[in-house]
Amino acid sequence: MIKLNVNGKSHQVDVAPDTPLLWVLRDTLQLTGTKYGCGKGLCGACTVYLDGAPARSCSTAVSSAVGRRITTIEAIDADRIGKVVQAAWRKLDVVQCGYCQSGQIMSAVALLAHKRQPSDADIDAAMSGNLCRCATYQRVRAAIHEAAKALA
Amino acid sequence: MSQIVIENLSRRRFLHGAGGLTLGFCIPGLAAAAAAVAKAPTASFAANAFLRIGADNSVIVIAKHLEMGQGSHTGLATIVAEELDADWKTVRVEGAPADARRYNNLNWGPMQGTGGSSAIANSWEQLRQAGATGRAMLVAAAAQRWRVGEADIVVRDGVVSHPASGRKATFGELALDAAKQAVPTKVALKDPKDFRLIGQQANRRDSKDKTDGSARFTQDVFLPGMLVAVVAHPPRFGATVKSFDASRAKAIKGVVDVVQIPGGVAVLAKDTWSAKKGRDALAVDWDESAAFKLGSDEILARYKELAKTPGAVAKQAGDTNTAFAGATKVLSASYDFPYLAHAAMEPLNCVIRLGKDGCEVWNGEQMQTPDQHSLAQLFGIKPEQVKINMLFAGGSFGRRASKDSDYLLEAAQIVKAIAGRVPVKLVWLREDDMGAGYYRPMFHHALEAAIDSDGNLVGWRHRLVGQSIMAGSPMAAMIKNGIDPVSVEGATNLPYAVPNLVVELHTPTDIRVPVLWWRSVGSTHTAFSTETFIDEVAAATGKDPLALRLQLLAEHPNHARVLKLAADKGDWGSPLKANAGERRGRGIAVHESFRTIVAQVAEVTVKKDGSLKVDRVVCAVDCGTAVNPDNIRSQLEGSVGFALSAALHQQITLKAGRVEQDNFDGFELLRLNEMPAVEVHIVPSSAAPTGIGEPGVPPLAPAVANAIAAATGRRLRRMPFNTGELAI
Ligand code: FES
Ligand code: FES
Repeated sequence: MIKLNVNGKSHQVDVAPDTPLLWVLRDTLQLTGTKYGCGKGLCGACTVYLDGAPARSCSTAVSSAVGRRITTIEAIDADRIGKVVQAAWRKLDVVQCGYCQSGQIMSAVALLAHKRQPSDADIDAAMSGNLCRCATYQRVRAAIHEAAKALA
Repeated sequence: MSQIVIENLSRRRFLHGAGGLTLGFCIPGLAAAAAAVAKAPTASFAANAFLRIGADNSVIVIAKHLEMGQGSHTGLATIVAEELDADWKTVRVEGAPADARRYNNLNWGPMQGTGGSSAIANSWEQLRQAGATGRAMLVAAAAQRWRVGEADIVVRDGVVSHPASGRKATFGELALDAAKQAVPTKVALKDPKDFRLIGQQANRRDSKDKTDGSARFTQDVFLPGMLVAVVAHPPRFGATVKSFDASRAKAIKGVVDVVQIPGGVAVLAKDTWSAKKGRDALAVDWDESAAFKLGSDEILARYKELAKTPGAVAKQAGDTNTAFAGATKVLSASYDFPYLAHAAMEPLNCVIRLGKDGCEVWNGEQMQTPDQHSLAQLFGIKPEQVKINMLFAGGSFGRRASKDSDYLLEAAQIVKAIAGRVPVKLVWLREDDMGAGYYRPMFHHALEAAIDSDGNLVGWRHRLVGQSIMAGSPMAAMIKNGIDPVSVEGATNLPYAVPNLVVELHTPTDIRVPVLWWRSVGSTHTAFSTETFIDEVAAATGKDPLALRLQLLAEHPNHARVLKLAADKGDWGSPLKANAGERRGRGIAVHESFRTIVAQVAEVTVKKDGSLKVDRVVCAVDCGTAVNPDNIRSQLEGSVGFALSAALHQQITLKAGRVEQDNFDGFELLRLNEMPAVEVHIVPSSAAPTGIGEPGVPPLAPAVANAIAAATGRRLRRMPFNTGELAI
């Protein structure tokens, strides 16, 4: 049994220690907001926080998440910045298919937590690892600026 | 359209639990079938309609088309809500079940499915009527209740009122009475000048669920007892399983079963990771004797040889031989296009459960009717016994519109192999999704232009070589005289006035790489060759690229209007400032696809080392009535990014029959830092709406290539662009 703290709740899971955190969240805990896109740390769809810092859950063995605070998209609205970012995303209708958007939002919230008023260059640096096949990038950028305005 | 009548399903079977008004459409002659559907339990009864108004004041639009990002659910709901005068904030959308009698694509005949940028176009009249009929019945119910004339009743934002007496009722309060009203045979549709939602910003209905993790995709389906299947697919197209050893796979914790299916070996496990580990532990001996073993280079060499010989004639006008014989200048150019993967962010997957009464499917479902038939045939049941739950698709770009139900059949074969004991979720990992084919076909084009002594374009020869997409699809009958229309679309309808023109096609049948429609289909390559070649003609005749196009578009005023709008907003003709060591240029292109015309002006910066940045893309579009202008903007922004991915980065290549790319490191998507600033300008129109999901893709690559030529003098004729050629 492996003990995990996800979104403030403690869980016991019976999985092999090398199982990526992604599949434990999705298949074992059925927290399906975190998405599988590549399995190799190449797309960012699986982004969660470990102790507040963004991590690719597809490339994080569940054993290495033990004893750390895991946060997923399902709990991002408990965070003030998270709420503001979601509102900006909805106001600007950023999403298209939506599959990458949990990861986009997780990365955007992490960026704003460190930098309240990010420049375009900051956004480039923080967000270019989150792929979006629908190419919603222009609105991702605009929504981050929108959220920054609301946080100012 | 004339044979469509509206029936009131609520009268057939009164809704007890979720009382209210449900309207459906039915083709006469199938009334008995509809009645049978109406006898089904409440839950499925309500789903057989376009509109459901609940006594709880809910307004639910049932969308017959897949939402894969293109905004179909929002657009379809906008049309219904407009005629209904609903309160947009209360409108919700549900995916329709598979039922071609009610939910067929009116552009496709008796077939339900989503594609060809047709969702709004084919639903426009149908859903306006659905909304207006609902409104009329709510009005009738209010008139009856209040004993007033219908003409004195006003409906606005989900409230029905009688201003003279001050009486008011919500839709919910009237729903049960409305359900008892006779269905009007004729309803008046709104005058477009009275539209309050159409043409305005109507926020997406799926934004909330897609920003809090609750939106449900196929990958998110869990059923009791369900196993996850991951499949070992053959290393080459056409290879088959000779034998396999599953002992190591079965030793992995969580692995439950290993079964052979026609397309490989499937490992079934309690969860995805165990299934993947099991699949990786399989030892499969493949029989590759009949496998396809050519590489991309060899295929291209063959295509180039074929292009030297005449092909099947797709279009002929005037006398090209005489025109070329008399020409003072002949230009020629050839173009190469690679295979492309759809690479939707959600890799393919499908959930199937076999029951006593048939099978049930959960899928981001794009081709209901053909898929029902494929699965019914496999299971030996009737198509109507294949129930399909339409979920969101995490992108598709054509891939989920499988022409032979490939991945659905794979899931079904696995279910069949375990005798339907438990439901199965088939999961293709990214490597499966990228490597297992169904690509945009590789193409080679050869073009020639004849120019007379006055500098006029008098002859045009266009020869294309590439596999047929329609072959082996439910639409194969569209192939006539050796011409697959989607191989040559965009080439045969060249809008420019050229008196002597021939378009020829070679369709090799011995290249066994599975191919499929990919966002904007034939126009992905024909727009590039025609729109860059016309630029070459402009350069060779000393004309401005915009001026030459406009001169040749005299017969196509709609194209000219869109082109002028893009040029105007895109500052065509004004100088571009470049920093030291940088070259900058502007390019233009226009293309019609799916009856929508899009023109784009691209601005690029090329550095000394050849590296390229597309700075800005200005789009103009004529897609008829703009149902949701913000979604049109969104689709064009996305199309620019999608098309730029292909222009700059993407190719699927084969080496000795093996696909060389298997994930986003080998097949790159555009990243946020590469995204140009996109502006969208919509031509005002009161014509019926046309498509918007695809038409933004075709003009982008030629506009960028033309901008590169303007900046550097170099013509890139191969996709993806080899920017190394631009180094100085
Ligand atoms: S799924 Fe983890 S980065 Fe792509
Ligand atoms: S919204 Fe579709 S992949 Fe990003």
